[in-house]
Amino acid sequence: MKPIEAVNDFVVKFANVNGSGSASANELFAKSILRMGVPVSPRNIFPSNIQGLPTWYEVRVTEAGHLGRRGGVDLMVAMNPQTWDADLAEIEPGGYLFYDSTRPLPAAKFRADISVLGMPLTEICNGTYDDPRQRQLFKNIIYVGALAALLQIDLAVIEALIAEQYKSKPKLLAPNVHALHLGHDYASQSLPAIGLGVRQADAVGGRIFIDGNSAAALGCVYGGASVCAWYPITPSSSLAEAFQKYCQKLRVDPDTGRNRYAIVQAEDEIASIGMVVGAGWNGARAFTATSGPGISLMNEFIGLAYFAEIPVTIIDVQRGGPSTGMPTRTQQSDLLACAHASHGDTKHVLLLPEDPHECFEFAATALDLADRLQTPVFLMTDLDIGMNQRLCAPFAWDDARRYDRGKVMTAEELDAGKDFGRYKDVDGDGIPWRTLPATHPTRGSYFTRGTSRDAYARYSERGPDYVYNMQRLLQKFDTARSLVPAPILRAAPRPTPHGAIFFGSTSPAMAEAIDALQADGIALDTLRVRAYPFPDAVRDFIAAHERVFIVEQNRDGQLRSLIVDAFGIDPAKLVPVLHYDGTPITARFIAGAIGKHAGAYGVTALHAGRVA
Amino acid sequence: MTYIAKPKLHHPTLACNAIGYTRRDYEGKVSTLCAGCGHDSISAAIIQACWELDIEPHRVAKLSGIGCSSKTPDYFLGQSHGFNTVHGRMPSVLTGANLANRTLLYLGVSGDGDSASIGLGQFAHVMRRGVDMTYIVENNGVYGLTKGQFSATADPGSVSKKGVTNTDSPLDMVGMALMLGASFVARGFSGDKRQLVPLIKAAIAHKGAAFIDVISPCVAFNNHAGSTKSYEYVREHNEAVNRLDIMPARTEITVDYADGDTIEVEQHDGSVLRLHKLHTDYDAHDRVGAMNYLQAHQAKGEVVTGLLYVDPEARDLHAHLDTVDAPFNTLGERELCPGAAVLEKINKGLR
Ligand SMILES: Cc1ncc(C[n+]2csc(CCOP(=O)(O)OP(=O)(O)O)c2C)c(N)n1
Ligand code: SF4
Repeated sequence: MKPIEAVNDFVVKFANVNGSGSASANELFAKSILRMGVPVSPRNIFPSNIQGLPTWYEVRVTEAGHLGRRGGVDLMVAMNPQTWDADLAEIEPGGYLFYDSTRPLPAAKFRADISVLGMPLTEICNGTYDDPRQRQLFKNIIYVGALAALLQIDLAVIEALIAEQYKSKPKLLAPNVHALHLGHDYASQSLPAIGLGVRQADAVGGRIFIDGNSAAALGCVYGGASVCAWYPITPSSSLAEAFQKYCQKLRVDPDTGRNRYAIVQAEDEIASIGMVVGAGWNGARAFTATSGPGISLMNEFIGLAYFAEIPVTIIDVQRGGPSTGMPTRTQQSDLLACAHASHGDTKHVLLLPEDPHECFEFAATALDLADRLQTPVFLMTDLDIGMNQRLCAPFAWDDARRYDRGKVMTAEELDAGKDFGRYKDVDGDGIPWRTLPATHPTRGSYFTRGTSRDAYARYSERGPDYVYNMQRLLQKFDTARSLVPAPILRAAPRPTPHGAIFFGSTSPAMAEAIDALQADGIALDTLRVRAYPFPDAVRDFIAAHERVFIVEQNRDGQLRSLIVDAFGIDPAKLVPVLHYDGTPITARFIAGAIGKHAGAYGVTALHAGRVA
Repeated sequence: MTYIAKPKLHHPTLACNAIGYTRRDYEGKVSTLCAGCGHDSISAAIIQACWELDIEPHRVAKLSGIGCSSKTPDYFLGQSHGFNTVHGRMPSVLTGANLANRTLLYLGVSGDGDSASIGLGQFAHVMRRGVDMTYIVENNGVYGLTKGQFSATADPGSVSKKGVTNTDSPLDMVGMALMLGASFVARGFSGDKRQLVPLIKAAIAHKGAAFIDVISPCVAFNNHAGSTKSYEYVREHNEAVNRLDIMPARTEITVDYADGDTIEVEQHDGSVLRLHKLHTDYDAHDRVGAMNYLQAHQAKGEVVTGLLYVDPEARDLHAHLDTVDAPFNTLGERELCPGAAVLEKINKGLR
């Protein structure tokens, strides 16, 4: 088998043992390639446990800029004996295996069609370090040094990254650089050259590298959230923690040193959403971050916020469900649960960001929309965007931007005799005016409750009063349609009867799949949906095509259901393309699935394997 | 249930407080609770306390859960914003509201089902966080609104309207509040206005988590084992009464007794409650002492009333979180948004 040869276009996967301290070394590896101007897209694949179980870090090196998962591995760094067989099997024919050869393995443990690179890592560490923890930690840096030699990564770049990392701990700098060189020297002298390489390029540009949870947290800071109530749950915890970190830096009153934010780690998700409801009712911008099980618990409060019309921002970093499902794997399976959260007739606004850039932007948008619409707004991200660093457009903020506080009536307006009916649709958009507690000594106070009421917030179980409210809430939802981010159309180079609709973290894999399909003679128009309720452009797109693939990461085609329900479209026209094994969807999968269907519809045969 | 507006005609000779309000200015809608319900007496005590304290009614935020007791915020302080939240979870909503604007007076009203059963978790955490509020549990030992099931404060041996005997041990809200770190803990009786009004006033004046457990007899479902005077018993033995919701109108139970005394109070159903009022020389600054005192009297079958514990130096949640004085809901872009220049720096650090 001819060894794979590829420059700036390959996949490296690290198989580690959870808790061995490999994460920062692996990230160092990914970042060094990025610093050489070559885009990378790393993904953490980790178990729901702290120590001992297998964990992987997959780095796609891609000068072409494909940030989705490709599928397959060109170079496996196999540091976990537990997963040896599976890791070995994942290597592409002609690929490479790098392993710790301190204890030699029999030939039967390898494959004939791959190149094996053995390095006695444990032996080197034991010979250099006495402390067991040091042996473990520096082993990781040593293999990074060896990989740098194998892949021709500039050592100076890695050294600079280490220097940045240990800016505040200078004592750790020299030993890390030393370990790096140990690995580099060994590999340069004792390992054969391989066909994979990194070469300086100019393909990163001004883009930034950050995970979606940090980005969304920063979006909440910029969007003016002052109250955050949360309860730890993977994969959303790092969002609240990032909010805390940013607030400590950016939200302290310079004169008094006191905080312009409050973060409460609540006793559970019910309490966290309750606090957000209380703060929203009282006019502060507030949010909570959670995942599927948290959404389940929050349901009663979400219904209250919907019916009593209270601004609430909920960030759902989705993971594999139902129940505890796959807590550390990704999915897009909370769509229906959030769109219709709580009992009775409810419809909620969902925002669907594709990457950290949009996590930032949409977090601020969510806070604006919640105030404007006086309703819960969900920011639906997932583990894949939330917990993995992704290359994306830099954050932008216009200093002239003003927060949209929505329709809040002031004491002056009340004094001027403005009619205040808390649940009255005065503007025809379904959005009523509200007053904040203590606005006026004698006017504008009202009683908020989850029970039915009339337009003046007076308790009423009269049918017409109830219907008026429910219809107005529908009207409000329709108003939301024109306020949410519009979908993004990408037209094929020539007219085509086929379209595809997708959303969120599927985005980069989709882009790559479309290119591959096109190369195989299948043209597809695509529409990336960015919010629910769906703007009319979604209906128009479907109407303009004979067949539309709906690509999503769940079992039941939840986006498809929402589309069918929203527009009354014949379901037969919408072909589900579903990926839900917990791993991020790949370009290969999408191209393969669409190709197979397209074949069945009499379109040119294709070769899904062409996806890089 | 209907919405009944109260006529707002003020008699010119009505007494005004220091800020020029009459007692009527502190009233709300007409109560729709059963005539004689203890909860209405508590509403009256809240009205009295706020009036006497010269509180501007609109600067009070009144929050409740779900239950007969939780309906009461509609029946007092008609000019303030009220929030009837969800069952058992008012404490979290109150916490969030308090974080949004620390300058208002927060009044939490709840029932024993609301706070001791479904809401026990939130009750515990709002106390330990030291949210600045006055939290009143209108404790009748039963679920009033859902018609007579046991709450977690019901005595063992009580028999429900449906004939079920309670075998579970009761939770003591006062003992719990002491243990959970409330910095003001008291118990009152809805019928003892002379004691209850000052307790509410003191709780409002307290900066921190103030808790008052108010025993508040339920006219409709106050049934106990062996009682032949219970509504259920009477109904079962009286063919003329149909099975619809007829609530017996009763007069409220009121008491008047001296500090340090123990008295027996007959409830609507004939059962007897032994109330023991704290003596004026009781030391209310000793949390452990308060616990012991409480337990000792409990062992004698007495329910201690009065201010059991207060920490005059209490710190509230805002102090713990070191937040600015300005209410969060008045902060704008200038105070909250770090701006484009800072963002550019952040971008730089991410390359
Ligand atoms: C989630 C939920 N479960 C159950 C109920 C039904 N429910 C309404 S009030 C109540 C009990 C109220 O009892 P308590 O708090 O003691 O107040 P009371 O009516 O006795 O004053 C219950 C169980 C509800 N509203 N919500
Ligand atoms: S049922 Fe009991 S608690 Fe409810 S209003 Fe009647 S007397 Fe009061």
